[in-house]
Amino acid sequence: MCQVDEDYRGEVERAAVPSVSKKCVKCKEAPAALVIRAGDAYCRLCFKDFFVHKFKAVLGKNRIIFPGEKVLLAVSGGPSSCSMLRQVQEGLSQKANKKLRFVPGIAYIDEGAAIGQSVEERQRTVAELQAVFQATGFPFYILPLEQVLDLPASVVATNPSPSEQPASAYKAAVGHFVETDGSNNFPTPQEPKKMLLPHVQESHTLQQLLGSVKTLTAREELLNTLRQHLLVHTARTEGYSKLMLGDSCTRLAVKLLTSISLGRGAQLAQDTGFSDSRYGDIILVRPMRDYSAKEIAYYNHLFTVPSVVIPSVDTKTVDKASIQRLTESFVTKLQADFPSTVSTIYRTSEKLQSACMKWSGAERCDRCLLCLCSLDTAVEEPSAFQATLLSDQLSGSKCLRGSAAETLRPNPGRPESPAPTGQCCSSAGGRDCGRPGSDGGCCSSAKLPETTRLKSLLCYSCALTIRDMSTVNHLPQYILSEAQRRQRRSQMREEISEFLLDDGDEGN
Amino acid sequence: MSSPLRGDGGAELLFNGVKKHPVTLPSQSEPWDMKQLLVWIQRNLLKERPELFVQGDSVRPGILVLINDADWELMGELDYQLQDQDNVVFISTLHGG
Repeated sequence: MCQVDEDYRGEVERAAVPSVSKKCVKCKEAPAALVIRAGDAYCRLCFKDFFVHKFKAVLGKNRIIFPGEKVLLAVSGGPSSCSMLRQVQEGLSQKANKKLRFVPGIAYIDEGAAIGQSVEERQRTVAELQAVFQATGFPFYILPLEQVLDLPASVVATNPSPSEQPASAYKAAVGHFVETDGSNNFPTPQEPKKMLLPHVQESHTLQQLLGSVKTLTAREELLNTLRQHLLVHTARTEGYSKLMLGDSCTRLAVKLLTSISLGRGAQLAQDTGFSDSRYGDIILVRPMRDYSAKEIAYYNHLFTVPSVVIPSVDTKTVDKASIQRLTESFVTKLQADFPSTVSTIYRTSEKLQSACMKWSGAERCDRCLLCLCSLDTAVEEPSAFQATLLSDQLSGSKCLRGSAAETLRPNPGRPESPAPTGQCCSSAGGRDCGRPGSDGGCCSSAKLPETTRLKSLLCYSCALTIRDMSTVNHLPQYILSEAQRRQRRSQMREEISEFLLDDGDEGN
Repeated sequence: MSSPLRGDGGAELLFNGVKKHPVTLPSQSEPWDMKQLLVWIQRNLLKERPELFVQGDSVRPGILVLINDADWELMGELDYQLQDQDNVVFISTLHGG
């Protein structure tokens, strides 16, 4: 069914080049300064109104941020997040009509160790950003990525989601806030803190972890996961209930296609949607998802929004260095000729919804250990997932053999104690079982290589990421200890399963 | 003819980290257009990885070009003829988020 939608106009033929003296399509008076989407030319003032209005509209439409709530803004220093910071600043300022009503804080993660920056370079970048943050007056937290090594296991433990609040609760909350004049909740700006330099040993451990990942794709995914964990943990400990991420429309379109390539199809709605409630008590919000990268860049330039360019792991890499890079270059190139590419992908992502998983007592919704989305690997026999496992097994791939034997059984909920035969030894081969004196039978279930045991706790794409690691022993302690806890739990559940009452019996 | 150039948003990484380049183009009989400017930049200013900035005749997709703070799509892109003291800004939209 064809949609009569003006944005599709540019898809079939190239958008006609607007002439030099084109007027703004909105006010029809001032000369146009920027072309947005497929051929809409805006003048500077109309563009500014459009930009500012969109931010408030997206927050107001979704009604997810309650007045007076504490919201943590994740700022990477890049244009999107700095633009988001500026919008929040302006939205909260007294003179704005319909001003925003939440209490913001800023979190910045210093990833210098991941890209091999020297201590001086890191300090320089942090100082620049610190100046920007201080100018806003909001409390801010500068977090070196090394802190991820010290996180507690509660970060990846499944948390019950907050009960769904009815729509009327929002209106009531707004009314209450207005009455009590909640503007006194503003936290006092903090004094400049000396940046806590991470210990050299920690930086080294982090580099070792990232060095153990063989492909850039997996490294980027892992970094993403660790980053999110750190942000969520900070939000929890500092008392924030929402986390705002600065992903732009272009970024999310690229992320959508990348996720599909990485096997994250089941989690698309959460990865690219406006709100993401996988962590239960902390809700991730993406208010910039309506803005294309071009709009953000232009706004930042015109209204001098300060941002700092920080290289990342894929800066200056070739197109084929990673799946993320390849997809980005594909989408950007397509966008140049067909300006409605990004918005079409974006519109598709808006239609995605997570399948509702009911939180009934008996049927526990198992979550992936790393990305905390619902596991998509507990499927019946004839499925694409089983087919990939089988073909891996047949092609003699080492790592997956152990878990293939486990998961192909009818009951997929058994991560522990696979057939302790010579199969384990031959599959694990080389490094792990090579040493002769290694505690008796390396074939016993307790000594299974960690990789195999972890896989049963992960969703398909996280399992692929782990597969690209030469060893999982460098993973931060909180991940490994939570993995062990879940396995022990699962084993215990198996042992007492016959004694547990089934939900269906309760009526008797 | 002088034209101040600026690289931003990550584009400056290809120009040795220098953001502003006041540029004086040698005079020639026909007026300079953007296509020639790009060739000139590639030859004289681009320090590394030309393929990350220029692609074929034009800039790489993802790089926003502003002439006097207006989108170059409105000026005719590559065919725009440069005038004296025109301010040209190259902003990379690919980097950062």
